[in-house]
Amino acid sequence: MHQFPAWKSWTVLVVLLAGLVLALPNVFGESPALQLSRKDRAPFTEPALAEFAGLLAGAGIASETVYLDDGGRLWLRFGDVPAQLAARDLIQRQYEGQFAIATTFASRAPRWLGTLGLEPMSLGLDLRGGIYLVYEVDVNGAVTQLVQVMERDLRKTLRDARIQYDDVAAEGTRVSIRLRDPARHDDALAAIRKFDPQLVLKDGATPAELLTELTEDQVRQRQDFAIQQNITALNNRVNALGVAEPVVQRQGLNRIAVQLPGIQDASEVVRVLGKVATLEFRLVDPVNSPLEAERSGRTPLGMRLYRQRDGGPVLLRRDIIATGDQLVDASFAPAQGEPAVSVVLDSRGGEEMLRTTRENVGRPMAVVFIEKERELVERDGRKVVVDRSKEEVISVATIRGVFSSRFQITGLSAAEGQELAKLLRAGALAAPLYIVEQRLIGPSLGRDNIQRGYQALLLGMAVLFAFMAVYYRVFGLVACAVLAANVVLITALLSLFKAALTLPGIAGIVLTVGMAVDANILIFERIREELRNGSSPVAAITAGFERAFSAILDSNVTTLIAGIMLFAFGTGPIKGFAVVLNLGILTSMFTALVGSRALLHVIYGRRRRVERLAI
Amino acid sequence: MELFHKATNIRFLERRRYWYAASALLVVLSLAAVAVRGLNLGIDFTGGVVVEMHFPRAPDLDRLRRTLAETGLGEAQVQSFGTAQDVLIRVPPAEGAAAREITEQVRAAAAAIDAGAELRRTESVGPQAGRELAEKGATALLMALLFIGVYVIARFQWKFAVGAIVAVLHDPIVVVGVFALSGLTFDLSVLAAILAVIGYSLNDTVVVFDRVRERLVQMRKATALEVMDVAINETLSRTLLTSGTTALVVLALIAFGGPALRPFGIALLTGIVVGTYSSIYVAGALALDLGLSQRDLMAPEKRAEVDNLP
Repeated sequence: MHQFPAWKSWTVLVVLLAGLVLALPNVFGESPALQLSRKDRAPFTEPALAEFAGLLAGAGIASETVYLDDGGRLWLRFGDVPAQLAARDLIQRQYEGQFAIATTFASRAPRWLGTLGLEPMSLGLDLRGGIYLVYEVDVNGAVTQLVQVMERDLRKTLRDARIQYDDVAAEGTRVSIRLRDPARHDDALAAIRKFDPQLVLKDGATPAELLTELTEDQVRQRQDFAIQQNITALNNRVNALGVAEPVVQRQGLNRIAVQLPGIQDASEVVRVLGKVATLEFRLVDPVNSPLEAERSGRTPLGMRLYRQRDGGPVLLRRDIIATGDQLVDASFAPAQGEPAVSVVLDSRGGEEMLRTTRENVGRPMAVVFIEKERELVERDGRKVVVDRSKEEVISVATIRGVFSSRFQITGLSAAEGQELAKLLRAGALAAPLYIVEQRLIGPSLGRDNIQRGYQALLLGMAVLFAFMAVYYRVFGLVACAVLAANVVLITALLSLFKAALTLPGIAGIVLTVGMAVDANILIFERIREELRNGSSPVAAITAGFERAFSAILDSNVTTLIAGIMLFAFGTGPIKGFAVVLNLGILTSMFTALVGSRALLHVIYGRRRRVERLAI
Repeated sequence: MELFHKATNIRFLERRRYWYAASALLVVLSLAAVAVRGLNLGIDFTGGVVVEMHFPRAPDLDRLRRTLAETGLGEAQVQSFGTAQDVLIRVPPAEGAAAREITEQVRAAAAAIDAGAELRRTESVGPQAGRELAEKGATALLMALLFIGVYVIARFQWKFAVGAIVAVLHDPIVVVGVFALSGLTFDLSVLAAILAVIGYSLNDTVVVFDRVRERLVQMRKATALEVMDVAINETLSRTLLTSGTTALVVLALIAFGGPALRPFGIALLTGIVVGTYSSIYVAGALALDLGLSQRDLMAPEKRAEVDNLP
């Protein structure tokens, strides 16, 4: 009788069942859909469902379903693309500007699967259409900006201390100072230390000269700051585009990759993403009621009406204390166990801040976040550049004491603090961005790609299965079952990791299927050899699996090494290929070594005597 | 069914000098092809803009070229892509010209020829980004070879490792040569295919070596040459079958996967064919000429022998 431990059979069964469950949502496919989110960030509620269903029905547009997701967004799913587009136009007309509408795809899987956390793998840009952008951040420009701020601050510090200088000049990562009177060297040193104790000061070639240089850490920090700042800003703007499942991520040292599925208008995207953000620090009107001003439409003299992020009104003074250009750093840094955002301004901003806070202790101060975009508009047949800006109050805090260039904003939750620090950084003087890579895939090409990919996979598998069944008979059928299980497991893992399937990914599955059969061939050839050498059928199976093991292991590990290198150094679609290849190697080793043995045990294990093997 | 019912007994390595000569010729031809004709590098590596347009009817490509030249895109390459209705327009990188403008110009030119032309895809890569992608690709290639070499040395004996690595180097060179000769676009996906080929080709070689390792210990009286031949013969059916099945699915990929996957598929197919040849004729032969003998296997012998795994 063929021996095979029961626990291994159970393992195979459990893994396979888990794989089937995880892969299940992919069976249902996707339909064109619209994703609506309210521009005021409030969630949709139940009554909206009936409202939209009624609206579509009234216009004679057939929709498959309307539902809400966990994020309070509203989804409308359609049978075809024309219905989807008609509905989009209708909603745009009906509720002008109230919602961000994203055209996307939604899974047809029943909702309860989603609530169990089971979701289909998402499709990459090359399969669903969309835009892929890679921005390069001028991180060195950001360092130069910082050094120039330092230069300005040092000039001012020396002037304030009444120390005369011939020159204060920024070059590279350092600022060099030449004093008029070498005797005042120590005074200058003391003044600068007092201004910023963290500056590293060195003596120059002559007693009249002083040097200050950014440390490597500071340079790296500044570069990271520039990247993070741009990632936050891009994230904000991408959200405004109303894209479903956008991706904004850092790539390497100085790049940011942006993926926008389902979007087709490249120039619109480049325009919106190319906005410029800044900040304004202003005093809050302590007397008049903003609600009153909003109701009457009249604002008190010297004041302006702004909106907070939650939509509430607030009255601010027209005078600006400091702007984003003067913000050097903002970070979330809890102080004494309390969440706090610490802010550093340059000397000009600090001076103005000092003057303001001296006179306004106990009064509230606000930070306004402003995003400007340039737009080419046709007016009277001519194209004109129009600057538009969006203004939003991101923080209102009470001034607790007198401060200048370094202060903290407290009284918020940790999450609010992190968000505020991010927004403040996004509004600081931005490091310039350039587009270095741009890929746009039309929706029809995406559809073709999916179709072709699946066709190649199905045909390849069909031919392979036919060959295996003919060549190895029952064992061949076992190999086919195991290969099918392998594809299920790859699908399950991709769904579990929420990895996106790309065209190279499909190619990876095809290649994996072709290569996965190798393990089975190695085993089966070995079994045949053992049979030829006169082993009994059961002994041949056991020996076949055991002797083929080292060859299977070695050959898979070498392929895995190549796959890991692909993953480590590949970008974009190549990574997708590498992920599938690597997962496929792991799953195929499991299915071929354990899975096919378990299946053979089911076929031959019960019989007391096995006379012949159908191989 | 069984194609190899009787164990074959081909003396593969007796005339290995001829195979060395053949391999050397292949490598030299490939390198010469790259040197003379150069590779048709995709924009992934050179930078530039690619626009794919779909026309309702097959367009007159010459007219499209003229129209493009009139708008100042005289350097654009125009070729059909997959079908006669699909056209790929490639514009080399230019200083200052934004990808968006070029795309718009191409779209306008295409619309002038046929108003129903549809934009299928545009890609633009800056020259700097292109250079970096190429560098990263080369790094991946070198690191893969390095780590695979380390693994093979750790698992086998160094003579095997040298044979395996030379065989593995041989394969991508020939694939690159085929791309230089055919003028097929060499892009990132082809580079990925080459890395897959390296893994795959080694796979074949390792299976043969695994058998050599096993037989060297069992056949104490035989010469290394005889053992090597026996091992290659014994694994021949598996080698050809696996190559056959893999080639089969890759053929499906080439035939049905569409033009985007075709260069990738062709690189894989070439790699599979060359990889199969090199693991039979090159890897073993080299290990042999490096003086492989039973003595080499005494110490680390069967270190990897099966534990109680299934």
